[in-house]
Amino acid sequence: MSFFDVVFYLFAVITTLAATGVIVARNPVHAALFLVLAFCSAAGIWMLLEAEFLAITLVLVYVGAVMVLFLFVVMMLDINLLKLREGFWRWFPFGAGLAGLMVFEMIWVLGSRQTSEVSVAVTHAADYSNTKELGRLLYTQYVYPFELAAVILLVAMVAAIALTLRRRTGVKTQNISEQVKARKADRLRIVKMKSETKV
Amino acid sequence: MMEWLEPIQKFLGPAWLPIWTLLKIVVIVLPLMGAVAYLTLAERKVIGWMQIRIGPNRVGYFGLLQPLADGLKLLMKEIIVPSGANKFLFIIAPILTLMPALAVWAVVPFNAQLVVANINAGLLYILAMASLGVYGVIIAGWASNSKYAFLGALRSAAQIVSYEIAMGFALVTVLMAAQSLNLGDIVRGQHGEHGLLNWYLIPLFPMFVVYFISGVAETNRAPFDVAEGESEIVAGFHVEYSGMAFALFFLGEYANMILVAFLASIMFLGGWLSPVPFLPDSIVWMFAKVAFMLFLFLWFRATFPRYRYDQLMRLGWKVFIPISLLWVVLVGAWMQTPYWLW
Repeated sequence: MSFFDVVFYLFAVITTLAATGVIVARNPVHAALFLVLAFCSAAGIWMLLEAEFLAITLVLVYVGAVMVLFLFVVMMLDINLLKLREGFWRWFPFGAGLAGLMVFEMIWVLGSRQTSEVSVAVTHAADYSNTKELGRLLYTQYVYPFELAAVILLVAMVAAIALTLRRRTGVKTQNISEQVKARKADRLRIVKMKSETKV
Repeated sequence: MMEWLEPIQKFLGPAWLPIWTLLKIVVIVLPLMGAVAYLTLAERKVIGWMQIRIGPNRVGYFGLLQPLADGLKLLMKEIIVPSGANKFLFIIAPILTLMPALAVWAVVPFNAQLVVANINAGLLYILAMASLGVYGVIIAGWASNSKYAFLGALRSAAQIVSYEIAMGFALVTVLMAAQSLNLGDIVRGQHGEHGLLNWYLIPLFPMFVVYFISGVAETNRAPFDVAEGESEIVAGFHVEYSGMAFALFFLGEYANMILVAFLASIMFLGGWLSPVPFLPDSIVWMFAKVAFMLFLFLWFRATFPRYRYDQLMRLGWKVFIPISLLWVVLVGAWMQTPYWLW
């Protein structure tokens, strides 16, 4: 077993354990942190496949941004653990069926002849830049789908802001431009007066 | 260059690679920790002199042993875990703050040859590691099981996340100018006949300002130190921490300061390149630039009053993000014209 295999199995075991932790952990904050660990070790596996751009972006976007927001929300919720576990057995067959379906799909996809041929990492020269190649593909061959996805995301962002925006009346906020415009003469009057004489 | 190492390499066989990498890590981390310790002394001295005081001068000549005394004091103190705190997360939070601050150094080049991992996506790696630092803050606040620590954590985390965006855009302009994510190539892109005029400082000056101010905000330094705010509030997310666990947060903060200084020097000030054409490029320039940027950190702290929280957020979202977005577009357009000289 080479060093490469050792690292792969290490990451694989950590990913699986962390993913199990996500669903087994009682505390939602612990579950979210397990998910972070799962993302990090998945990024490690991608790095082994020389997909450095995707691996680092996974950490940057999912761990660095998405999960931080998740944690923010989960930490502030007042979660009643008893209520969460209510009706576990009622929903168990549904969940088990879904899990079974996913396992079947994974075996189907990964076990097929087409995928088994490309499961080895393609090695490149040292000066090969994963980022450059991806960028070139995204902005030439896939430019329309890429721009379309960007516009959809933008629309979603604007919509989310527009939905939650509320103008409250009667709040005291600074008017920055007014403050910047203020001059000494507007606020301050210097009065010259003679010193008083002692009585 | 490293021929004398070959017999050792043969003797160790497959164990050579991990051992050699560990050695390189030690060679970087030990001086870094020393730099962090003496940066605290420099800070107290510089601010002292700016306020016409002497600063630490009792422990050793010029107070030179003061950082060691401070470190020893913190080591001897008991780490108190609050009752009801989540013990595991409480202990691991300071480690999570320090870990990314150290991991980033793997890709930082000191001169043309001296770098642990010369990877192509270096800039991206730095952004990813920098975005992990916020976990230490959030987990520390939550695991303390104290409302004050939790509110402090939310405040600091929101600040760090906000300034990360402007910082990211500033880095995007650099990678556009250099056309590479490799930090070594970014420095080499600033090489030219005119020395200082070839640096990205000139075309990207607004981004340099945005990057550095965001860097100050990211590291929770004055005037953006609402995480600590020792003259107004007790502290933020680390209010329940004591002893070495507390010290780890500050080790991380100072290591991050040094990192921001290094990155600003690499991306905008030409790294190890000489500012004038008649002097040779050398690692000395690198350290001189870093020392200057670190001095700016200390100077800021002695000069500016603390930002109020809403003004701090306004600066990040309403000033820096629009400016940096505009500059990204502008640099993109500028690079298509013949007037782009860098």
